[in-house]
Amino acid sequence: MTPFRERLRAPVPIVGDGALGTMLQQRGLKPGECPEKLNLDRLDVVEEVARLYVEAGAEIVETNTFGGTPLKLAQYGLEARTQEINARAVAAVRKAAGEKAYISGSCGPCGRMLEPYGDTPAEVVFEAFCTQIQALAAEGVDLLCIETMTDLSEASLAIQAAKSVAPTLPICATMTFDPTSRGFFTIMGVSVPQAVEGLSKAGADVVGSNCGNGIEAMVRIAEEFMKHARLPLIIQSNAGIPKLVGETATYPEDPEFMAQKSRILADHGVKIIGGCCGTTPAHIAAVRKMVDALPK
Amino acid sequence: MDTIQELALSLQQGEAKTVGELTRRAVSEGVDTKTILDRGLIAGMSVVGDKFKHHEIFLPDVLLAAKAMYSGMDVLKPLLLKEGIPTIGKVVIGTVQGDLHDIGKNLVGIMLKGAGFEVIDLGNDVSPERFVDAAQKEGAQIIGLSALLTTTMPVMRIVVDLARKRHIYGSTKIIIGGAALSAEYAHEIGAHAYCYDGVNAVDQVKRLLGMN
Repeated sequence: MTPFRERLRAPVPIVGDGALGTMLQQRGLKPGECPEKLNLDRLDVVEEVARLYVEAGAEIVETNTFGGTPLKLAQYGLEARTQEINARAVAAVRKAAGEKAYISGSCGPCGRMLEPYGDTPAEVVFEAFCTQIQALAAEGVDLLCIETMTDLSEASLAIQAAKSVAPTLPICATMTFDPTSRGFFTIMGVSVPQAVEGLSKAGADVVGSNCGNGIEAMVRIAEEFMKHARLPLIIQSNAGIPKLVGETATYPEDPEFMAQKSRILADHGVKIIGGCCGTTPAHIAAVRKMVDALPK
Repeated sequence: MDTIQELALSLQQGEAKTVGELTRRAVSEGVDTKTILDRGLIAGMSVVGDKFKHHEIFLPDVLLAAKAMYSGMDVLKPLLLKEGIPTIGKVVIGTVQGDLHDIGKNLVGIMLKGAGFEVIDLGNDVSPERFVDAAQKEGAQIIGLSALLTTTMPVMRIVVDLARKRHIYGSTKIIIGGAALSAEYAHEIGAHAYCYDGVNAVDQVKRLLGMN
């Protein structure tokens, strides 16, 4: 396989994968259960979802390790199994992807708030990311995706942790923004220009946004990133804000709609285009089709 | 600027230590406890809530202001008790069973405390029984349910039904909040109000209790 950094320099956008959490829920993950626990109990399900994304045409498949820091796993009493949980997740994606897709180690927020507004010292958060990333790197991920961040300090600590335990791994770093009357901000008050500056300074190779409020807001977020970032961009939108139909949540944006709007992202030069909550292999297949049809 | 104004201002700036000191100073200057609470702590938090609502400040600023408010409350609480000054109402809050997200719920707690309510926070992953038990035991007028996940929202209906079964529904009102919720959903499950954020929760609670 072409090394990931080299692939980043090629002009054609890279297709990322779609949601993992909502896919796992459809396969029996219960509310309140630890999604990463499936890496221990139901690795077949984790592998199945990865395979579906590879078959849909994703070139990057993320590991089921979003909540894989020991701090987050401690909420389920699983912190002692951090190593195993992260390692098995990488192995599952490798088995599904072979040489067809890059394995991206997913690192989400650690679930604690930093001092002084929260109760957790920066060193503790840094150590937690070091532990997780070391496990992911040892098992051979091709890149890391530090994602759904809302606190720039936490995102920077995660990037610094990656730099310290796995200095050669490429790092994608994404934050989640909401629209406000004063523009886009994360819930912790980070604007797009601040995110670009902070993530770049911390050492990310690719910056951007994930999750959020649907693809149309995401196109506007991407346009703001374009204005400020010199690094390649990654955009992984969710399929809109979920609505309850009866007792099940449905995401309103269908594959065709997302692919059509993702075309705007491609035209803007966004380098990695994937999906987040509510997106499915069908969404990724539609984005794949769009990318394959781009003028060469 | 008098001590009380200074107090409200340093609360807004999240200076916990100063707020504690100024509260003690106000007490020693002979300002009555209720005035320190209303014109110092509550007035300060009201500005914080307003700025937050307008996205002029964000979650970290609110959390720092809340810490400052608590350091003032620590000074006032024994005095309020001794003088028999009641809180304006009692609210039980928590994130529903199966859900570990507590940022929204915590904000609601901060804003309610900041408005002068007594808040009993049951934490995350709270079973319907615990909500109803706590409301009965504490004589709370309001139960506040939070859920971020669409998968845990249905638990809210179970709490409402249990409140009906235990005959506290009505005398205790149920409010709900969370990213995927709506006023329609509140109506559908029989909750008394949907709150779109922490500041709105205060307005809704006051409305339900006939305070505004």
